Amino acid sequence: MKKFVPYIILIFLFAWQSILFAQQRFPRPEFESGYTYPANQLPNQRGPMWEYFDVAVLLVALTITTWLALKKRSRQGLIWMSVFSLAYFGFYRQGCICSVGSVQNVSLALFNDSYTIPLSALLFFIIPLLFALAYGRVFCAGVCPLGAIQELTGFKPVKLPKTAEIIFASVPFIYLALAILFASTNSQFIICRYDPFVGIFRLDAPYTMIIFGALLLLAGIFVNRPYCRYLCPYGVLLNVFSRFAGKHLTITPAECTNCRLCEEACPYNAIIPSGTDQKREEPEKPRKRFILYFLLMPLFTIAGAYILYNLAPALAGVNSNVNLAREIRIEKETGIESVSKAVVAFKESGKTEAELFTEEEIIISRFRKASPWAGVFLGISFVIGMISLTIKSKINEYKPHQGKCYSCGRCFKYCPIIIKA
Amino acid sequence: MNEGKNKYQSRRDFVRRAGKLAIIVPFALIPVALAKKTSASGYVWQIDPFKCTQCGQCKTNCVLTPSASKCVHAFQMCGYCDLCGGYLRQGVKTVSTGAENQLCPTGAITRKFVEEPYFEYTIIEDLCDGCAKCVKGCADFGNGSLYMQIRHDRCVNCNECSIARTCPSDAVIRILAKDEYMQKDKRQK
Repeated sequence: MKKFVPYIILIFLFAWQSILFAQQRFPRPEFESGYTYPANQLPNQRGPMWEYFDVAVLLVALTITTWLALKKRSRQGLIWMSVFSLAYFGFYRQGCICSVGSVQNVSLALFNDSYTIPLSALLFFIIPLLFALAYGRVFCAGVCPLGAIQELTGFKPVKLPKTAEIIFASVPFIYLALAILFASTNSQFIICRYDPFVGIFRLDAPYTMIIFGALLLLAGIFVNRPYCRYLCPYGVLLNVFSRFAGKHLTITPAECTNCRLCEEACPYNAIIPSGTDQKREEPEKPRKRFILYFLLMPLFTIAGAYILYNLAPALAGVNSNVNLAREIRIEKETGIESVSKAVVAFKESGKTEAELFTEEEIIISRFRKASPWAGVFLGISFVIGMISLTIKSKINEYKPHQGKCYSCGRCFKYCPIIIKA
Repeated sequence: MNEGKNKYQSRRDFVRRAGKLAIIVPFALIPVALAKKTSASGYVWQIDPFKCTQCGQCKTNCVLTPSASKCVHAFQMCGYCDLCGGYLRQGVKTVSTGAENQLCPTGAITRKFVEEPYFEYTIIEDLCDGCAKCVKGCADFGNGSLYMQIRHDRCVNCNECSIARTCPSDAVIRILAKDEYMQKDKRQK
């Protein structure tokens, strides 16, 4: 037996060679001049250590911003913080890694076994939310590069009519629901794909991205922070978390005197006016509406789930495999040969059509399972939004709305109360 | 009156506390659920050279210009031919280094005489724009030693690679960062 060992090894070696050079048409030359193969120059990546450096920078930046917003109460300091974040997370790190996009990594990891989430992405998702739960949306105030670029270009704040504000503000909920749906079904990362400012950070992008980003910035000169208010999906989470913040930025450093000077200060309509000189509305009407909406909640939830369940096949179209299967089916029906690169590559790959169609069905069934939950989320958020419109605050001071306030500090200078240290 | 006000505030406090709890609990569950699915090293984007169909979209679909995906030469696989399918255009009249004979539109491939009849081909990385013409040429008439790969020193590691989104053969994949490069001459899994 022992004497066969070398032969077996030899056979293995030959087999290995045949795998390695399966593609070889021309034999490997036998050099006589003592030629040695040059080494491949494959430069390494920026070490993973640096990702933790980013996390450390995030933590320090959040701490400083919190201190500036809640304790120091310095708008100037917050602006400098924005400049730093724009420079570091924006232009130096080129907009990747960012908390806004990390929502998708988390949902991809939660629902797909093939993906393990990088620890740094998980931390980028969690840390700003923890800060929101403790101190409000300080992440938006001076750490988020997307927020920073808009904060620094919002020169001339104009207030939108309240109805428009309410309607536009519902868009992020839909965006978030779709982003999580698409990421968890391993289809697309739409937040990253339609990130408007990443092209500006990299000074390089498809022209559509540049146009979208530039238009948003132009609009942002008047309607401040348009992305944060009407699109940002991560903002939805921050909004909810911040409502329950333990401590939050205050307009006045001491007790509010109801002088009303800050009433027009906030470009985001995030100041809840004091109720002292409002005429009392009879409590019956809003209460009835409150109860009505509350009872309607199951109805809206079911309606949302039903609509989204039926939209599932259409939504599944964002998945490239579903798209490819549809293209091939159309090709078979019409008899016109498809020349798209995906179809050509598919035909070269040797995968059978039956395989592709079963894959398509699996993806669509995943969408069918997942999308009703998106509908439930949208239904509940809609009803809670309606309910919150019926609730009138009964506070007798001017306070920032904890969900909407970006802790930007614009209102500080409007308050006449100054505490001398 | 005073009593009623206090009662209201305590109810508000209750709602606040309950809401906080209702948020914290599912939120705290996310890291718990992900505990086993977290890796310290993270991912990088790489092209699986055995899946790549040389469609040439790497050149245009990367967020960077020029693309972070460039041609790499696996010398160990190369046949060192004089008549190179990756270097020369199809049907050239003379086999020479003349610009009109070269396949590469940016002249990013140089060749050096080694010994009769062998030539060494090297990619000048700075000139390569990732059009994959030479890769196709080498695959059609050659050993397939030229292949496309995403270079880590250029790639900005987008959360979702925009080449991956449009790659028709799903050749652009996430691999663990510690594996660094998928090299064609070192077959990985």
